Amino acid sequence: MKLLIRGGRVIDPLSKFDDVSDVLIEDGLISAVGKNLPGEGATIFDATDKIVAPGFIDMHVHLREPGIEHAETIETGGKAAAAGGFTTICCMPNTIPVNDSDTVTSYIVQRARQVSPVNVYPIGAITKGSKGEELAAIESMREAGVVAISDDGRPVMNSRVMRRAMEVAYALDIPVIDHCEDLNLSAGGDMHEGVESVRLGLGGIPSASEDVMVARDLLLAELTGVRFHVAHLSTSRSVAMVAFAKNKGLRVSCEVTPHHFAITDKELSTYDSNYKMKPPLRCQHDVEAAIQGIVDGVIDAIATDHAPHAGSEKMQEFERCPFGITGLETAIGLTLSELVHKNLIPLTRMVELFTTGPANILKLNRGTLKPGAAGDVTVFDLDTEWTYDVQQSSSKSRNSPFHGRRFRGGPVATIVGGVIVWGRE
Amino acid sequence: MNGPSRTPISAKPAGLLDIESLPRPEIEVILERARFFQPPPNETYRRLDTLRGKTIVNLFFEASTRTRVSFEIAAKRLGADTLTIAAAGSSVSKGESLVDTLNTLVAMRPNAIVMRHAASGAPHFLARHLQIPIVNAGDGTHEHPTQALLDARTILDHRPSLTGLRVAIIGDIAHSRVARSNVHLLSKFGAEIVLCGPAPLLPNELAQLAPGVQLSHNIDEALRDADVIMMLRVQLERQHEAPMAASEYFRFYGLRLEHLKLAKPDAIVMHPGPINRGRELSSEVADSQRSVILNQVENGVAVRMAVLERILG
Repeated sequence: MKLLIRGGRVIDPLSKFDDVSDVLIEDGLISAVGKNLPGEGATIFDATDKIVAPGFIDMHVHLREPGIEHAETIETGGKAAAAGGFTTICCMPNTIPVNDSDTVTSYIVQRARQVSPVNVYPIGAITKGSKGEELAAIESMREAGVVAISDDGRPVMNSRVMRRAMEVAYALDIPVIDHCEDLNLSAGGDMHEGVESVRLGLGGIPSASEDVMVARDLLLAELTGVRFHVAHLSTSRSVAMVAFAKNKGLRVSCEVTPHHFAITDKELSTYDSNYKMKPPLRCQHDVEAAIQGIVDGVIDAIATDHAPHAGSEKMQEFERCPFGITGLETAIGLTLSELVHKNLIPLTRMVELFTTGPANILKLNRGTLKPGAAGDVTVFDLDTEWTYDVQQSSSKSRNSPFHGRRFRGGPVATIVGGVIVWGRE
Repeated sequence: MNGPSRTPISAKPAGLLDIESLPRPEIEVILERARFFQPPPNETYRRLDTLRGKTIVNLFFEASTRTRVSFEIAAKRLGADTLTIAAAGSSVSKGESLVDTLNTLVAMRPNAIVMRHAASGAPHFLARHLQIPIVNAGDGTHEHPTQALLDARTILDHRPSLTGLRVAIIGDIAHSRVARSNVHLLSKFGAEIVLCGPAPLLPNELAQLAPGVQLSHNIDEALRDADVIMMLRVQLERQHEAPMAASEYFRFYGLRLEHLKLAKPDAIVMHPGPINRGRELSSEVADSQRSVILNQVENGVAVRMAVLERILG
């Protein structure tokens, strides 16, 4: 089976390639990148005026399966990923039951093979039930296919437990990913603590609740030597601390979500729960710091933290609504409009943040168009105007704050293992 | 039934959600009209027919005596039919969501809903989903707009204007919807506002809530030359913090007779109630000539008549 992607601007950061070219995929693998490649026997995809990049990777999504299938499934989450231009996603362990054993890991891996149009890599829990007490079956999960460990939304408060987890992860050479939040400092909080939370009478989540945990984790990472990754960082001090740790030579990486570099806590004035997530939308100077971190290279990856919630859960009083928003289908559009079109970063840098960035952190052996690599390709464009309609979403949930937003440029086709799994109408 | 006059679906009916978004001229109209509704000495409020045929539902998801009764009397004196629902006796306790509860009520065609709710923004959330005027009777720690209006009416009964007045608001500012609404209202009229309380209950960001706001942790400093002293109830039920010992609180933030010397000689003492004697103010202060606490209650009905008339009249 052959697929020839013809005439696009091919950007492959790993091989430092950026030129109008063809990409040939044979038997699921990249076989050649070059001009005027022969198309005999191949399906032809015309990518003229489009960007052709290695398949985009979202290292932070919630697929809700097993256990919360009314909000999302591996199938619907996979379809939303494909519709957003992602060829690979990594799912967090906060399912029911929690992915803290090889049984759950294997279920996710097998289910994804059957029903997901995109590659799915599970992330295992750090502790049993993500309760923060006993370590989960990390080695067994590693054998079953997890690529990292994290207790994501229920971060490990006990530093000693975190230290032990880091030691195990170090030995297995997998990263520890932490959702950095001091749960005591954030208790009762529904949004970023600042002028806006005081004005709206909503409980605040101070920046310090993130900062103190980033600091703790960086110290423990130094102690254990583990590869440590900060999930969805949101504060200016987090960015500064990660930069400091990197300068010291620690094996540290971090990601930021599109909503944390695109919008601020000013959006909450209508008490619309589609603006409620953790970490919360911060203020302008944090947004600026996140963008500067992307520009400077401190931030390694853009990840969506796609967190679907059924409509009924978000149609409540603000303080009762769960945290989290969907994000797979708007990530490329937001990155283009907020970073690329504003000339803050070049296209190559954008592609890195979605490909080599996450691939290196998780050692995925993906994210490049070098011959022999997996035949995963994301085709997107820079100029087509479109409006995001959440009612048309492939996700089972509708909790996006970007419904109705106009975008310039977005995903055109998603190719996984040489097969076009999604294409724009 | 109420004849053929109907608001078109597209026009969002105006309720009263907060003071922050209420323009100053609108506030002036309400305060002036409230004066008309103030009862003459030893008489009760006027009886009018302005709202005859209208139905107002008072939906109280949180305990309240004075606000609930005050809204009910106000509506009745204007000739409206009223119905008061306390959350404990409603389908809320059966697990129905707020939107479903409200949709059910709206299907019975009331003309307005007066709502108190423990969650900040609950009336704003509902206003986005329902085609009915909603009057906010207090939402969580956000706003309590009719309280600020009746407080302004009370101040204006003792002072010619709000402009340039020095108003000290003392207590648990962080959790007070009364403080927020008063800050917005007084600021719109150019008053000088001093917010005072223990540090954990007085976030620094309050200084940026509106123009003219200062913060102080010292009650003497806050009271100096004040025209108006507003004491707030300590809202233990809303605090996630370890509370300050009651004796410690009263010692440093409780209002006692000796404090009144610091304020202007004719300064008035206000409190939104219910008061906790010996907790945030001494009994002597509560019962002193300077206290206008019962005038506030009286003005509550007059102001709410003005608000309901403005929305439904």
